[in-house]
Amino acid sequence: MSDPVISVRNLCVEFVTRRGVLRAIDNVSFDIAKGEVLGVVGESGAGKSVTGSAIIGLIEPPGRIAGGEILLHGKRIDNLPQEDMRRIRGRKVAMIFQDPLTSLNPLYRVGEQLIETILTHTDLSPSAARERAIALLAEVGIPAPDKRIDGYPHEFSGGMRQRVVIALALSCEPDFIVADEPTTALDVSVQAQIIALIKKLCRERGTAVMLVTHDMGVIAETADRVAVMYAGRVAEIGPVRDVVRHPLHPYARGLMGAIPTLETDAERLTQIPGAMPRLSNIPQGCAFNPRCDQAFDRCHVERPEPIEPQGENVEPGHRVACHLYTGGEGAR
Amino acid sequence: MLAFIIRRIAQSLFVMVAVALIAFLMFRFVGDPVNQMVGIDTPQEEVARLRESLGLNDPAIVQFGRFVWDVLHFNFGVSYQFRLPVTQLLAERAPATLELALTAAIFALIVGVIMGVYCALNRDSWLARVFQAVSLVGVSLPTFLIGILLIYLFAVILGWLPSNGRGQVVKIGEWWTTGFFTASGLKALILPAITLGLFQMTLIMRLVRAEMMEVMRTDYIKFAKARGLRTRSIHFGHALKNTLIPVITIAGLQLGSIIAFAIITETVFNWPGMGILFLKAVQNVDIPIMAAYLMLIGFLFVIINLAVDLAYGLVDPRLRVAMRA
Ligand SMILES: Nc1ncnc2c1ncn2[C@@H]1O[C@H](COP(=O)(O)OP(=O)(O)OP(=O)(O)O)[C@@H](O)[C@H]1O
Ligand code: SF4
Ligand SMILES: [Mg+2]
Repeated sequence: MSDPVISVRNLCVEFVTRRGVLRAIDNVSFDIAKGEVLGVVGESGAGKSVTGSAIIGLIEPPGRIAGGEILLHGKRIDNLPQEDMRRIRGRKVAMIFQDPLTSLNPLYRVGEQLIETILTHTDLSPSAARERAIALLAEVGIPAPDKRIDGYPHEFSGGMRQRVVIALALSCEPDFIVADEPTTALDVSVQAQIIALIKKLCRERGTAVMLVTHDMGVIAETADRVAVMYAGRVAEIGPVRDVVRHPLHPYARGLMGAIPTLETDAERLTQIPGAMPRLSNIPQGCAFNPRCDQAFDRCHVERPEPIEPQGENVEPGHRVACHLYTGGEGAR
Repeated sequence: MLAFIIRRIAQSLFVMVAVALIAFLMFRFVGDPVNQMVGIDTPQEEVARLRESLGLNDPAIVQFGRFVWDVLHFNFGVSYQFRLPVTQLLAERAPATLELALTAAIFALIVGVIMGVYCALNRDSWLARVFQAVSLVGVSLPTFLIGILLIYLFAVILGWLPSNGRGQVVKIGEWWTTGFFTASGLKALILPAITLGLFQMTLIMRLVRAEMMEVMRTDYIKFAKARGLRTRSIHFGHALKNTLIPVITIAGLQLGSIIAFAIITETVFNWPGMGILFLKAVQNVDIPIMAAYLMLIGFLFVIINLAVDLAYGLVDPRLRVAMRA
């Protein structure tokens, strides 16, 4: 894992609201290497989308990046002037949103949107850009792309629209892409196709992917590594098989317990009781402590930082933020 | 598309028949047309003969049919006050009102859209706040007061602009007169057009502001930003185009009410248009003029509505499909 495409270092994002400053992302760090897919899971409100938006520089007031760094190929991009960041967006880093039905401008032809994006970031002539747009549509599996390019978004089905969205996001061959729940809004029948398409295209191009999803099955099949987020923090991160098979964090264990596999018996299909704390009300110490059945004194005072646990039989790069593994009193 | 047009035209015709019915009832039952035509000392037999010759003793439905027939031939009868055909009276004054309304509408649309877009994109700037405050004034002050204030400032105190009349007009063709081609005509237009358009301008500004802020929050704008499109293209291409669709409808419909509201502005500025004619007609119970004016305003509203619907279909591809179906 030398030379990551994207490095997130101690990222903090805050929202200034009437009720005070809310910290939505608190000290999040991870790397994604060329061609690697990092799956990101966590309950609604855990901060997955905000993390993605922060990386591509789309946090808007009242939100702000309150700390940390984001590096693209080792160069900081979180403090670039707006216009410089705009040039990177779409060309070097891209994002796919959840709902393909609303991601496309209804008044512009699909081709116009593709061509505008290509012309913005390259020196191609309009006719060359059109050629490229048709090729892209073909590549994402749109039949008769030379005709469909002149269609309006409403003339495409949901799955086809998400293919167009993918073509748009990949039109300038970015090095990194955030796919924020790219299939949640789609028919179950096309979800797998879309995920497979994203995976194939990114593999071919060596694109680094941050794949946000609620679907542990998708993570297990698609991701190389997985990060489990909770209340704006990374609870656990590591190689996908290791985290799915041997989750360490009590929260991750609860989540993974929800995927039935041959090895698990019915008793392990646990639901975690309780709900994630509101941002205005995150408990001291470990954010998970009110819901954790293994919490002990230290969990209420000291915040656990992600570390590679000692003495556990885990793969390298598997880190967990839990006092059960930081050694000392109460640890196993 | 064709079916849609036909359906809309049929609806429009229905509305016009209803308006005609109201105009006819006014004709027939508000005041007695014969009493308006004869003197106090006219003998009863004379009155009865007149009544018969005007067809006022026929069944109502026959009279209505005759009324519609006349209207279709632009025959609205003779004004009681002026003893002249109503059509001629209206035609003489229509250019003044239409030019005033058109100027006011263009002013309201252009200035309203520019101010609305500015306010939406620079929500917290001081200029946006000023615009907001001005728009509140525009919405809450009555038209005649705005007119009088403008006259006081620009005509009385500063003496820059005339306070009444159309200035010098030029004749075009048979009956159209225009103030667009003379300096005094243009100058005379400014104050009345602002007075008449101010309310619509503030309305359009608020509409554009609210709509554009809404559009800026949509996913497709977020996705456009995520693709790194130029800010100018996002604001004035992607966002503005989506903003203007509902604005077209409202603004178009407002054109009708601008013409209808011209009555007040014309009175304040002594503008020789149809509004003043109508006001005099009301004062003197000159039913033929009132009925014709009602029909005319109704007709304009229907035509504008129809045009707006069709224009809407042209700009919004989603509707084009709906119309074809
Ligand atoms: N514009 C905003 N103003 C205030 N708070 C915000 C804003 N956007 C996001 N947040 C807060 O940031 C937190 C993280 O939100 P985020 O959208 O990243 O969650 P998520 O993990 O993507 O959830 P989901 O699975 O529902 O998409 C939430 O608590 C949310 O309330
Ligand atoms: S740190 Fe304590 S409260 Fe938090 S998950 Fe670990 S054991 Fe539970
Ligand atoms: Mg989200």
